[in-house]
Amino acid sequence: MTALNSLIAAIDAAPSAVGLITAVRQLAAARDPEAIPKLIEILGYNNPGAAVAAVEGLVALGPVAVPFLLANLDGYDYGARAWANRALAQIGDPRALENLLAAAQGDFALSVRRAAAKGLGFLDWSALPPADQEAGQKQAFGALQVALGDEEWVVRYGAIAGLQGLAQQQPQWRDPVRQLLGDRLPCEPELAIQARLHWAIQSLNP
Amino acid sequence: MVEQGSYTLEQAIANLQQTEHLGDRYYAAWWLGKFRVTDPAAIDALLDALNDDLDRSPDGGYPLRRNAARALGKLEDPRIVPALLHCLHCPDYYVREAAAQSLELQGNPVAIPALLTFLAGGVAAAVPTPDKPHLVQPYEAILEALGTLGATVAIPEIQPFLEHPVAKVQLAAARALYQLTEAPEYGDRLIAGLAAPQLPLRRSALIDLGATHYLPAAAAIAQTPAENSLKLIALKGLLENHLTRQAQDTLHLTEESEQVMALMDSLL
Repeated sequence: MTALNSLIAAIDAAPSAVGLITAVRQLAAARDPEAIPKLIEILGYNNPGAAVAAVEGLVALGPVAVPFLLANLDGYDYGARAWANRALAQIGDPRALENLLAAAQGDFALSVRRAAAKGLGFLDWSALPPADQEAGQKQAFGALQVALGDEEWVVRYGAIAGLQGLAQQQPQWRDPVRQLLGDRLPCEPELAIQARLHWAIQSLNP
Repeated sequence: MVEQGSYTLEQAIANLQQTEHLGDRYYAAWWLGKFRVTDPAAIDALLDALNDDLDRSPDGGYPLRRNAARALGKLEDPRIVPALLHCLHCPDYYVREAAAQSLELQGNPVAIPALLTFLAGGVAAAVPTPDKPHLVQPYEAILEALGTLGATVAIPEIQPFLEHPVAKVQLAAARALYQLTEAPEYGDRLIAGLAAPQLPLRRSALIDLGATHYLPAAAAIAQTPAENSLKLIALKGLLENHLTRQAQDTLHLTEESEQVMALMDSLL
Protein backbone atom coordinates (compact mmCIF):
# COMPACT_ATOMS: atom_id res chain seq x y z
CA MET A 1 0.00 0.00 0.00
CA THR A 2 1.33 3.47 -0.84
CA ALA A 3 1.74 6.02 1.89
CA LEU A 4 -1.26 7.95 0.54
CA ASN A 5 -3.44 4.86 0.42
CA SER A 6 -2.66 4.04 4.02
CA LEU A 7 -3.58 7.60 5.06
CA ILE A 8 -6.90 7.20 3.23
CA ALA A 9 -7.44 3.76 4.77
CA ALA A 10 -6.90 5.31 8.21
CA ILE A 11 -9.76 7.72 7.51
CA ASP A 12 -12.11 4.94 6.42
CA ALA A 13 -11.19 2.91 9.50
CA ALA A 14 -11.35 5.79 12.00
CA PRO A 15 -12.97 4.41 15.16
CA SER A 16 -14.53 7.69 16.37
CA ALA A 17 -15.31 11.27 15.42
CA VAL A 18 -12.13 12.42 17.17
CA GLY A 19 -10.04 9.69 15.50
CA LEU A 20 -11.43 10.80 12.15
CA ILE A 21 -10.26 14.38 12.69
CA THR A 22 -6.72 13.17 13.45
CA ALA A 23 -6.69 10.97 10.35
CA VAL A 24 -7.94 13.82 8.13
CA ARG A 25 -5.28 16.14 9.50
CA GLN A 26 -2.63 13.60 8.55
CA LEU A 27 -3.99 13.26 5.03
CA ALA A 28 -4.17 17.06 4.68
CA ALA A 29 -0.59 17.40 5.92
CA ALA A 30 0.62 15.10 3.12
CA ARG A 31 0.05 18.02 0.66
CA ASP A 32 -0.54 15.44 -2.07
CA PRO A 33 -2.78 16.43 -5.01
CA GLU A 34 -3.83 12.78 -5.21
CA ALA A 35 -5.59 13.32 -1.87
CA ILE A 36 -7.93 15.97 -3.31
CA PRO A 37 -10.90 13.67 -4.11
CA LYS A 38 -10.80 12.17 -0.63
CA LEU A 39 -10.51 15.61 1.03
CA ILE A 40 -13.56 16.75 -0.94
CA GLU A 41 -15.47 13.61 0.07
CA ILE A 42 -14.77 14.43 3.74
CA LEU A 43 -16.61 17.78 3.36
CA GLY A 44 -19.82 15.72 3.29
CA TYR A 45 -19.17 13.70 6.46
CA ASN A 46 -21.15 16.08 8.68
CA ASN A 47 -18.18 16.35 11.07
CA PRO A 48 -17.16 20.02 11.50
CA GLY A 49 -13.69 19.21 12.88
CA ALA A 50 -12.90 16.88 9.97
CA ALA A 51 -14.27 19.41 7.46
CA VAL A 52 -12.11 22.22 8.89
CA ALA A 53 -9.02 20.00 8.50
CA ALA A 54 -10.03 18.99 4.95
CA VAL A 55 -10.60 22.63 3.93
CA GLU A 56 -7.18 23.57 5.31
CA GLY A 57 -5.64 20.75 3.27
CA LEU A 58 -7.43 21.85 0.09
CA VAL A 59 -6.48 25.51 0.62
CA ALA A 60 -2.83 24.55 1.17
CA LEU A 61 -2.86 22.67 -2.15
CA GLY A 62 -4.22 25.81 -3.79
CA PRO A 63 -5.31 26.27 -7.41
CA VAL A 64 -4.74 22.61 -8.31
CA ALA A 65 -7.76 21.77 -6.12
CA VAL A 66 -10.09 24.27 -7.83
CA PRO A 67 -11.23 22.20 -10.85
CA PHE A 68 -12.01 19.27 -8.53
CA LEU A 69 -13.96 21.48 -6.13
CA LEU A 70 -15.96 23.06 -8.96
CA ALA A 71 -16.72 19.68 -10.53
CA ASN A 72 -17.88 18.16 -7.26
CA LEU A 73 -20.07 20.84 -5.69
CA ASP A 74 -22.76 18.86 -3.93
CA GLY A 75 -26.20 19.94 -5.09
CA TYR A 76 -27.95 18.10 -2.28
CA ASP A 77 -25.77 18.49 0.78
CA TYR A 78 -25.63 22.19 1.60
CA GLY A 79 -23.22 21.57 4.47
CA ALA A 80 -20.69 20.11 2.06
CA ARG A 81 -21.38 22.90 -0.42
CA ALA A 82 -20.67 25.50 2.25
CA TRP A 83 -17.30 23.92 3.08
CA ALA A 84 -16.41 23.69 -0.63
CA ASN A 85 -17.27 27.34 -1.18
CA ARG A 86 -15.20 28.21 1.86
CA ALA A 87 -12.25 26.40 0.33
CA LEU A 88 -12.79 28.15 -3.01
CA ALA A 89 -13.08 31.50 -1.21
CA GLN A 90 -9.79 30.98 0.59
CA ILE A 91 -7.89 29.73 -2.45
CA GLY A 92 -9.01 32.87 -4.31
CA ASP A 93 -8.66 31.43 -7.81
CA PRO A 94 -10.87 33.46 -10.18
CA ARG A 95 -11.91 30.31 -12.02
CA ALA A 96 -14.38 30.06 -9.13
CA LEU A 97 -15.90 33.47 -9.99
CA GLU A 98 -19.03 32.18 -11.78
CA ASN A 99 -19.74 29.75 -8.97
CA LEU A 100 -19.18 32.33 -6.23
CA LEU A 101 -21.39 34.89 -8.01
CA ALA A 102 -24.27 32.43 -8.24
CA ALA A 103 -23.76 31.06 -4.72
CA ALA A 104 -23.56 34.47 -3.02
CA GLN A 105 -26.81 35.66 -4.55
CA GLY A 106 -28.88 32.54 -5.03
CA ASP A 107 -27.95 29.55 -2.87
CA PHE A 108 -30.78 28.67 -0.51
CA ALA A 109 -28.30 27.87 2.30
CA LEU A 110 -27.11 30.92 4.22
CA SER A 111 -23.81 29.23 5.11
CA VAL A 112 -23.07 28.92 1.38
CA ARG A 113 -24.08 32.52 0.63
CA ARG A 114 -21.92 33.90 3.45
CA ALA A 115 -18.82 31.93 2.40
CA ALA A 116 -19.23 32.91 -1.25
CA ALA A 117 -19.82 36.58 -0.43
CA LYS A 118 -16.58 36.84 1.48
CA GLY A 119 -14.75 34.92 -1.24
CA LEU A 120 -15.82 37.40 -3.93
CA GLY A 121 -13.72 40.03 -2.18
CA PHE A 122 -10.55 37.98 -2.00
CA LEU A 123 -10.06 36.66 -5.53
CA ASP A 124 -6.60 36.85 -7.05
CA TRP A 125 -7.54 38.99 -10.03
CA SER A 126 -3.99 38.95 -11.39
CA ALA A 127 -4.64 35.38 -12.47
CA LEU A 128 -7.10 36.69 -15.08
CA PRO A 129 -6.13 38.37 -18.37
CA PRO A 130 -6.18 42.16 -17.79
CA ALA A 131 -9.12 42.51 -20.19
CA ASP A 132 -11.29 40.25 -18.00
CA GLN A 133 -10.34 41.70 -14.63
CA GLU A 134 -12.54 44.80 -14.77
CA ALA A 135 -15.64 42.91 -15.92
CA GLY A 136 -15.13 40.29 -13.23
CA GLN A 137 -14.74 42.88 -10.50
CA LYS A 138 -17.91 44.61 -11.68
CA GLN A 139 -19.78 41.35 -11.41
CA ALA A 140 -18.34 40.72 -7.95
CA PHE A 141 -19.33 44.22 -6.80
CA GLY A 142 -22.86 43.74 -8.15
CA ALA A 143 -23.27 40.38 -6.40
CA LEU A 144 -21.92 41.80 -3.14
CA GLN A 145 -24.39 44.69 -3.42
CA VAL A 146 -27.19 42.11 -3.56
CA ALA A 147 -25.72 40.13 -0.66
CA LEU A 148 -25.45 43.32 1.41
CA GLY A 149 -29.28 43.37 1.44
CA ASP A 150 -29.66 39.67 2.24
CA GLU A 151 -32.31 38.79 4.84
CA GLU A 152 -29.73 36.86 6.92
CA TRP A 153 -27.33 38.95 9.02
CA VAL A 154 -24.43 36.57 8.50
CA VAL A 155 -24.64 36.93 4.72
CA ARG A 156 -24.65 40.71 5.04
CA TYR A 157 -21.64 40.37 7.33
CA GLY A 158 -19.88 38.25 4.70
CA ALA A 159 -20.74 40.83 2.04
CA ILE A 160 -19.17 43.64 4.09
CA ALA A 161 -16.00 41.60 4.59
CA GLY A 162 -15.99 40.86 0.85
CA LEU A 163 -16.52 44.48 -0.16
CA GLN A 164 -13.78 45.65 2.20
CA GLY A 165 -11.43 43.02 0.76
CA LEU A 166 -12.21 44.10 -2.81
CA ALA A 167 -11.63 47.77 -2.02
CA GLN A 168 -8.39 47.14 -0.15
CA GLN A 169 -7.00 44.98 -2.91
CA GLN A 170 -8.26 47.13 -5.84
CA PRO A 171 -8.04 50.84 -4.93
CA GLN A 172 -10.32 51.87 -7.83
CA TRP A 173 -13.19 50.24 -5.89
CA ARG A 174 -12.49 52.16 -2.68
CA ASP A 175 -14.92 55.04 -3.30
CA PRO A 176 -17.84 52.98 -4.67
CA VAL A 177 -17.49 50.50 -1.78
CA ARG A 178 -17.30 53.24 0.86
CA GLN A 179 -20.37 54.86 -0.67
CA LEU A 180 -22.30 51.59 -0.71
CA LEU A 181 -21.42 50.72 2.89
CA GLY A 182 -22.32 54.24 4.07
CA ASP A 183 -25.71 53.99 2.33
CA ARG A 184 -26.39 50.67 4.05
CA LEU A 185 -25.65 51.96 7.55
CA PRO A 186 -28.99 53.76 8.24
CA CYS A 187 -31.07 50.75 7.17
CA GLU A 188 -29.02 48.05 8.93
CA PRO A 189 -31.05 46.72 11.89
CA GLU A 190 -28.44 44.54 13.61
CA LEU A 191 -25.97 46.11 16.02
CA ALA A 192 -23.09 43.77 15.18
CA ILE A 193 -23.51 44.44 11.47
CA GLN A 194 -23.59 48.18 12.10
CA ALA A 195 -20.29 47.78 13.93
CA ARG A 196 -18.82 45.77 11.04
CA LEU A 197 -19.96 48.49 8.59
CA HIS A 198 -18.24 51.14 10.71
CA TRP A 199 -15.08 49.11 10.89
CA ALA A 200 -14.98 48.62 7.13
CA ILE A 201 -15.72 52.29 6.42
CA GLN A 202 -13.01 53.41 8.87
CA SER A 203 -10.47 51.12 7.26
CA LEU A 204 -11.27 52.58 3.81
CA ASN A 205 -11.19 56.24 4.84
CA PRO A 206 -8.29 58.15 3.30
CA MET B 1 -42.16 41.58 7.78
CA VAL B 2 -45.72 40.25 7.72
CA GLU B 3 -46.16 38.99 4.19
CA GLN B 4 -44.29 35.81 3.39
CA GLY B 5 -45.21 34.26 0.08
CA SER B 6 -48.96 33.86 -0.21
CA TYR B 7 -49.47 33.28 3.52
CA THR B 8 -51.01 36.39 5.10
CA LEU B 9 -51.60 37.68 8.60
CA GLU B 10 -55.36 37.25 8.16
CA GLN B 11 -54.87 33.66 7.10
CA ALA B 12 -52.55 32.92 10.01
CA ILE B 13 -55.08 34.29 12.51
CA ALA B 14 -57.95 32.41 10.85
CA ASN B 15 -55.91 29.19 10.81
CA LEU B 16 -55.07 29.58 14.48
CA GLN B 17 -58.71 30.19 15.42
CA GLN B 18 -60.22 27.24 13.54
CA THR B 19 -60.23 23.86 15.29
CA GLU B 20 -60.52 21.39 12.42
CA HIS B 21 -56.94 21.18 11.16
CA LEU B 22 -54.52 20.93 14.08
CA GLY B 23 -51.41 21.12 11.91
CA ASP B 24 -52.54 24.45 10.44
CA ARG B 25 -53.01 25.86 13.92
CA TYR B 26 -49.55 24.72 15.01
CA TYR B 27 -47.92 26.30 11.96
CA ALA B 28 -49.90 29.54 12.33
CA ALA B 29 -48.72 29.94 15.95
CA TRP B 30 -45.11 29.52 14.88
CA TRP B 31 -45.56 31.91 11.94
CA LEU B 32 -47.04 34.72 14.06
CA GLY B 33 -43.97 34.62 16.32
CA LYS B 34 -41.47 34.22 13.51
CA PHE B 35 -42.69 37.37 11.75
CA ARG B 36 -43.18 39.28 15.00
CA VAL B 37 -46.68 40.43 14.22
CA THR B 38 -48.05 43.33 16.24
CA ASP B 39 -51.77 42.96 15.40
CA PRO B 40 -53.79 42.69 18.65
CA ALA B 41 -56.08 40.10 17.03
CA ALA B 42 -53.04 37.85 16.51
CA ILE B 43 -52.02 38.25 20.17
CA ASP B 44 -55.62 37.45 21.21
CA ALA B 45 -55.53 34.25 19.17
CA LEU B 46 -52.16 33.22 20.62
CA LEU B 47 -53.31 33.92 24.19
CA ASP B 48 -56.38 31.75 23.53
CA ALA B 49 -54.11 29.02 22.18
CA LEU B 50 -52.32 28.88 25.55
CA ASN B 51 -55.50 27.28 26.93
CA ASP B 52 -56.05 24.87 24.05
CA ASP B 53 -57.21 21.36 25.00
CA LEU B 54 -57.70 19.91 21.51
CA ASP B 55 -54.12 19.48 20.30
CA ARG B 56 -52.67 16.69 22.46
CA SER B 57 -49.52 14.64 21.89
CA PRO B 58 -49.37 10.88 22.67
CA ASP B 59 -47.47 11.61 25.90
CA GLY B 60 -50.25 13.93 27.11
CA GLY B 61 -48.51 17.15 26.08
CA TYR B 62 -50.00 20.28 24.56
CA PRO B 63 -48.09 21.00 21.31
CA LEU B 64 -50.13 24.08 20.35
CA ARG B 65 -49.64 25.63 23.79
CA ARG B 66 -45.86 25.10 23.43
CA ASN B 67 -45.76 26.90 20.09
CA ALA B 68 -48.04 29.69 21.27
CA ALA B 69 -45.87 30.25 24.37
CA ARG B 70 -42.72 30.38 22.19
CA ALA B 71 -44.35 32.82 19.76
CA LEU B 72 -45.62 35.14 22.49
CA GLY B 73 -42.10 35.48 23.88
CA LYS B 74 -41.15 37.38 20.72
CA LEU B 75 -44.15 39.73 20.74
CA GLU B 76 -45.08 42.83 22.69
CA ASP B 77 -48.26 43.20 24.71
CA PRO B 78 -48.84 43.81 28.43
CA ARG B 79 -50.99 40.67 28.66
CA ILE B 80 -48.16 38.36 27.62
CA VAL B 81 -46.11 38.15 30.82
CA PRO B 82 -49.08 37.30 33.12
CA ALA B 83 -50.23 34.62 30.65
CA LEU B 84 -46.73 33.10 30.50
CA LEU B 85 -46.47 33.13 34.31
CA HIS B 86 -49.68 31.09 34.35
CA CYS B 87 -48.10 28.63 31.87
CA LEU B 88 -45.27 27.92 34.33
CA HIS B 89 -47.79 25.66 36.10
CA CYS B 90 -48.90 23.74 33.01
CA PRO B 91 -48.65 19.95 33.48
CA ASP B 92 -46.68 19.74 30.19
CA TYR B 93 -42.91 20.12 30.86
CA TYR B 94 -42.31 21.57 27.40
CA VAL B 95 -44.96 24.27 27.89
CA ARG B 96 -43.24 25.23 31.16
CA GLU B 97 -39.88 25.30 29.39
CA ALA B 98 -41.23 27.46 26.54
CA ALA B 99 -42.84 29.80 29.08
CA ALA B 100 -39.56 30.24 31.00
CA GLN B 101 -37.66 30.92 27.76
CA SER B 102 -40.28 33.42 26.64
CA LEU B 103 -40.28 35.16 30.00
CA GLU B 104 -36.52 35.57 29.52
CA LEU B 105 -37.15 37.14 26.10
CA GLN B 106 -39.79 39.45 27.51
CA GLY B 107 -37.13 40.86 29.83
CA ASN B 108 -39.56 41.84 32.56
CA PRO B 109 -38.15 41.31 36.09
CA VAL B 110 -41.68 40.89 37.44
CA ALA B 111 -41.22 37.20 36.52
CA ILE B 112 -38.30 36.72 38.93
CA PRO B 113 -40.21 35.60 42.08
CA ALA B 114 -42.22 32.99 40.15
CA LEU B 115 -39.10 31.62 38.43
CA LEU B 116 -37.21 31.54 41.72
CA THR B 117 -39.79 29.22 43.32
CA PHE B 118 -38.61 26.50 40.91
CA LEU B 119 -35.20 26.43 42.61
CA ALA B 120 -36.73 25.62 46.01
CA GLY B 121 -35.37 22.28 47.16
CA GLY B 122 -32.08 22.97 45.41
CA VAL B 123 -30.10 20.39 43.48
CA ALA B 124 -31.56 17.54 45.56
CA ALA B 125 -35.01 18.23 44.11
CA ALA B 126 -33.74 18.65 40.55
CA VAL B 127 -33.97 15.00 39.58
CA PRO B 128 -34.98 13.25 36.35
CA THR B 129 -38.63 12.62 35.56
CA PRO B 130 -39.08 8.81 35.48
CA ASP B 131 -39.25 7.44 31.90
CA LYS B 132 -38.67 10.89 30.35
CA PRO B 133 -35.56 12.45 28.80
CA HIS B 134 -35.71 15.50 31.06
CA LEU B 135 -35.62 16.63 34.69
CA VAL B 136 -38.74 17.37 36.74
CA GLN B 137 -38.51 21.06 35.82
CA PRO B 138 -36.91 22.98 32.93
CA TYR B 139 -33.94 24.03 35.07
CA GLU B 140 -31.77 25.25 32.20
CA ALA B 141 -34.46 27.64 30.98
CA ILE B 142 -35.21 28.85 34.51
CA LEU B 143 -31.55 29.51 35.39
CA GLU B 144 -30.98 31.28 32.08
CA ALA B 145 -34.05 33.45 32.54
CA LEU B 146 -32.99 34.43 36.07
CA GLY B 147 -29.58 35.47 34.75
CA THR B 148 -30.94 37.53 31.87
CA LEU B 149 -33.56 39.19 34.05
CA GLY B 150 -30.86 40.38 36.45
CA ALA B 151 -32.10 38.37 39.44
CA THR B 152 -29.20 39.07 41.80
CA VAL B 153 -31.52 38.02 44.63
CA ALA B 154 -31.30 34.47 43.20
CA ILE B 155 -27.48 34.15 43.34
CA PRO B 156 -27.41 31.95 46.50
CA GLU B 157 -30.06 29.63 45.02
CA ILE B 158 -28.29 29.42 41.64
CA GLN B 159 -24.79 28.69 42.96
CA PRO B 160 -25.42 25.04 44.02
CA PHE B 161 -26.52 24.23 40.45
CA LEU B 162 -22.87 24.58 39.35
CA GLU B 163 -22.56 21.09 40.87
CA HIS B 164 -25.71 19.60 39.35
CA PRO B 165 -25.02 16.16 37.78
CA VAL B 166 -26.31 17.32 34.36
CA ALA B 167 -23.53 19.23 32.56
CA LYS B 168 -25.92 21.49 30.63
CA VAL B 169 -27.52 22.60 33.89
CA GLN B 170 -24.05 23.43 35.25
CA LEU B 171 -23.43 25.58 32.17
CA ALA B 172 -26.78 27.34 32.56
CA ALA B 173 -25.89 28.14 36.18
CA ALA B 174 -22.44 29.45 35.18
CA ARG B 175 -23.99 31.62 32.48
CA ALA B 176 -26.52 33.10 34.89
CA LEU B 177 -23.89 33.69 37.57
CA TYR B 178 -21.61 35.43 35.10
CA GLN B 179 -24.45 37.70 34.01
CA LEU B 180 -25.34 38.46 37.62
CA THR B 181 -21.84 38.89 39.08
CA GLU B 182 -19.48 39.47 36.10
CA ALA B 183 -16.94 37.32 38.00
CA PRO B 184 -14.44 35.83 35.52
CA GLU B 185 -14.52 32.44 37.26
CA TYR B 186 -17.99 31.85 35.80
CA GLY B 187 -16.93 32.96 32.33
CA ASP B 188 -13.97 30.60 32.57
CA ARG B 189 -16.34 27.83 33.56
CA LEU B 190 -18.16 28.37 30.25
CA ILE B 191 -14.85 28.41 28.33
CA ALA B 192 -14.03 25.05 29.92
CA GLY B 193 -17.35 23.81 28.51
CA LEU B 194 -16.04 24.51 24.99
CA ALA B 195 -13.57 21.66 25.53
CA ALA B 196 -16.22 19.08 26.42
CA PRO B 197 -15.80 15.82 24.50
CA GLN B 198 -19.48 15.85 23.40
CA LEU B 199 -20.50 18.16 20.55
CA PRO B 200 -23.95 18.98 22.06
CA LEU B 201 -22.23 20.26 25.21
CA ARG B 202 -19.78 22.35 23.22
CA ARG B 203 -22.75 23.81 21.36
CA SER B 204 -24.45 24.65 24.67
CA ALA B 205 -21.31 26.39 25.93
CA LEU B 206 -21.12 28.40 22.69
CA ILE B 207 -24.71 29.59 23.04
CA ASP B 208 -24.18 30.40 26.71
CA LEU B 209 -21.07 32.49 26.02
CA GLY B 210 -22.99 34.31 23.29
CA ALA B 211 -25.43 35.44 26.00
CA THR B 212 -22.58 37.11 27.93
CA HIS B 213 -20.08 39.90 27.30
CA TYR B 214 -17.10 37.82 28.45
CA LEU B 215 -14.62 38.95 25.80
CA PRO B 216 -11.72 36.70 26.93
CA ALA B 217 -13.81 33.84 25.49
CA ALA B 218 -13.68 35.13 21.91
CA ALA B 219 -10.56 33.28 20.75
CA ALA B 220 -11.65 30.05 22.45
CA ILE B 221 -15.04 30.29 20.73
CA ALA B 222 -13.37 30.64 17.33
CA GLN B 223 -11.22 27.55 17.96
CA THR B 224 -13.97 25.25 19.28
CA PRO B 225 -14.56 22.17 17.12
CA ALA B 226 -18.17 22.95 16.13
CA GLU B 227 -20.11 24.44 13.23
CA ASN B 228 -18.88 27.85 12.08
CA SER B 229 -22.50 29.04 11.95
CA LEU B 230 -22.89 28.52 15.67
CA LYS B 231 -19.51 30.07 16.47
CA LEU B 232 -20.48 33.14 14.43
CA ILE B 233 -23.75 33.43 16.36
CA ALA B 234 -21.87 33.18 19.67
CA LEU B 235 -19.34 35.84 18.67
CA LYS B 236 -22.12 38.11 17.41
CA GLY B 237 -23.85 37.82 20.80
CA LEU B 238 -20.60 38.53 22.62
CA LEU B 239 -19.92 41.57 20.43
CA GLU B 240 -23.43 43.00 20.76
CA ASN B 241 -23.48 42.53 24.54
CA HIS B 242 -20.13 44.32 24.70
CA LEU B 243 -21.32 47.15 22.45
CA THR B 244 -24.56 47.74 24.37
CA ARG B 245 -22.66 47.98 27.64
CA GLN B 246 -20.35 50.67 26.31
CA ALA B 247 -21.04 54.38 26.57
CA GLN B 248 -23.94 55.65 24.45
CA ASP B 249 -21.60 56.19 21.52
CA THR B 250 -21.62 52.72 20.00
CA LEU B 251 -19.91 54.16 16.92
CA HIS B 252 -16.67 54.04 18.83
CA LEU B 253 -15.14 50.63 18.25
CA THR B 254 -12.86 49.33 20.97
CA GLU B 255 -9.84 47.23 20.16
CA GLU B 256 -11.72 44.28 21.68
CA SER B 257 -14.65 44.83 19.29
CA GLU B 258 -12.25 44.78 16.35
CA GLN B 259 -10.64 41.59 17.60
CA VAL B 260 -14.03 39.87 17.83
CA MET B 261 -14.91 41.00 14.30
CA ALA B 262 -11.55 39.80 12.98
CA LEU B 263 -12.34 36.37 14.45
CA MET B 264 -15.80 36.45 12.86
CA ASP B 265 -14.21 37.30 9.50
CA SER B 266 -12.03 34.21 9.81
CA LEU B 267 -15.08 31.97 10.27
CA LEU B 268 -17.16 33.11 7.27
